[in-house]
Amino acid sequence: MAEKQRGRASDRLRSGISRRDFLRGSGALAAATALRTATEAAAAPAGAASVVGPGPVPVTLTVNGQTHRLKLEPRVTLLDALRNHLDLTGAKKVCDRGTCGACTVLLDGAPVYACSVLAIDAQGHKIETVEALSPDHPMIQAFVDHDGLQCGFCTPGFVMAAVAFARQNPECSEEDVCRGLSGNICRCGTYVGIREAVVEAARKMRGAANA
Amino acid sequence: MNAFEYASPQTVQEAVELLGPGWQDSAVLAGGTDLLSLMKDGIVSPRRLVNIKRIRGLDRIELIGDVVRIGATVTLEQLLRDATIAARFPSLTQAAAGVTSPQIRNMGTVAGDLCQRPRCWYFRAGFGILATGPDGEPLVPAGDNRYHAIFPEGQAYYVHPSSLAPALIALEATVEIHGPQGTRELPVEELYRIPGSNNERELNLGPREIITAITIPANGVKNATYEVRQRQLLDWPLATASVALRLSGRKVVSARVVLGHVGPRPRRATGAEAVLNGAELNEQRIEAAARAAVQGARPLSRNGYKVQLAQVAVKRALASLA
Repeated sequence: MAEKQRGRASDRLRSGISRRDFLRGSGALAAATALRTATEAAAAPAGAASVVGPGPVPVTLTVNGQTHRLKLEPRVTLLDALRNHLDLTGAKKVCDRGTCGACTVLLDGAPVYACSVLAIDAQGHKIETVEALSPDHPMIQAFVDHDGLQCGFCTPGFVMAAVAFARQNPECSEEDVCRGLSGNICRCGTYVGIREAVVEAARKMRGAANA
Repeated sequence: MNAFEYASPQTVQEAVELLGPGWQDSAVLAGGTDLLSLMKDGIVSPRRLVNIKRIRGLDRIELIGDVVRIGATVTLEQLLRDATIAARFPSLTQAAAGVTSPQIRNMGTVAGDLCQRPRCWYFRAGFGILATGPDGEPLVPAGDNRYHAIFPEGQAYYVHPSSLAPALIALEATVEIHGPQGTRELPVEELYRIPGSNNERELNLGPREIITAITIPANGVKNATYEVRQRQLLDWPLATASVALRLSGRKVVSARVVLGHVGPRPRRATGAEAVLNGAELNEQRIEAAARAAVQGARPLSRNGYKVQLAQVAVKRALASLA
């Protein structure tokens, strides 16, 4: 299984395009129309207490080191902004009620449920999504090596929660991992693999650049 | 989720001015971990959200003289990691640790924990806070009530979900509230009320009022929280007990015992307190206090098990201080 997974990952690297890249080709155009110029954003009403919305308002998000200027209704969650407006579909929409963890992203390094944060509230914070991790990131590699996934739908959220946890806990035990990743669930039940993967990756990440 | 206006004031005064006179007009947004879910489900649909996370000074824990002041937007993770809290109020640290999702702790705030709405599945499915059917009849007694109250009050069968409130009540904490009429203080014990109809709220708080801080006297009481759970992680506890004891050697000078997740508001177990006051803290007394704590319980058709679990919570919380 691990061999097979690794094979697929390298196929992707060789061809440079994945099924997802292909599928989202059409979405990219739509997303581009959502982008607005810096001049328009600067024209936004000043004063912190001014009331904005319910229509679209300028929202500036810093995601994976890049600044994006969008126009979003205040009700748009960070998850929907990432997926529907920035084409970052790594964070998954599953329960959409802050219960399952599939949408986990990092806000200033701390894991949060992107479905339960408004995009407008995420302004001024450093947002990291799974797309920021290179395919050979120690955490991703460890998930592959230890079969820390089956269907893979919970995986991006798990990986982000695990990265945040591992940065703080390089010498963790499997017991620590249970507690540290308690905000994510995997209905395929791959917890045994995930626990092993995180313990191993946490040690490898220590001292590694860009981990 | 319905569309809404949004404002992010920098002072409490501005925030109060931005709130409307009715619950449907506006809502205070802090961590949003509960509010946004309620809005997605259409349980509440405020026309405006007032974000209080950018108000300076609300995100601090301070020791001022012999009082600890916890700002409203302090996150549960901040509370969990705070050394001032851990040294004086382990019961609060234990309660915060019981919120077993790092993602919730990173966004969820202490005031949000106190103000979150009940988890009753009838309420969350749109049957109102009193969970009533088409003819106004209560649905809980004849329905699936396995997680509901064993101490129902009036027509209210839900349990209040706050993790911190029982510990704060045991510690005699107070909430500081800002509103159009200025500032007022309220013991956490008096923050909760029983709604008389589905249009009423379960808090003694007006639509234009904001909790800005919680203050706790740091008076040296020994304290602990114990939560009985089905799943160890990512779930609410089934029954909890928070205790605060003033001890002289092994003798209890005064006791406060508060049960959580057994009724629509955290429940002072005054019977258990009476058993402990003036007595030596030993196994027999702890047993007797646990029995007294659940005296008068009126379990529903499927939650009788909680009577035993509440006793276990009381015993283990007390035993950890003995």
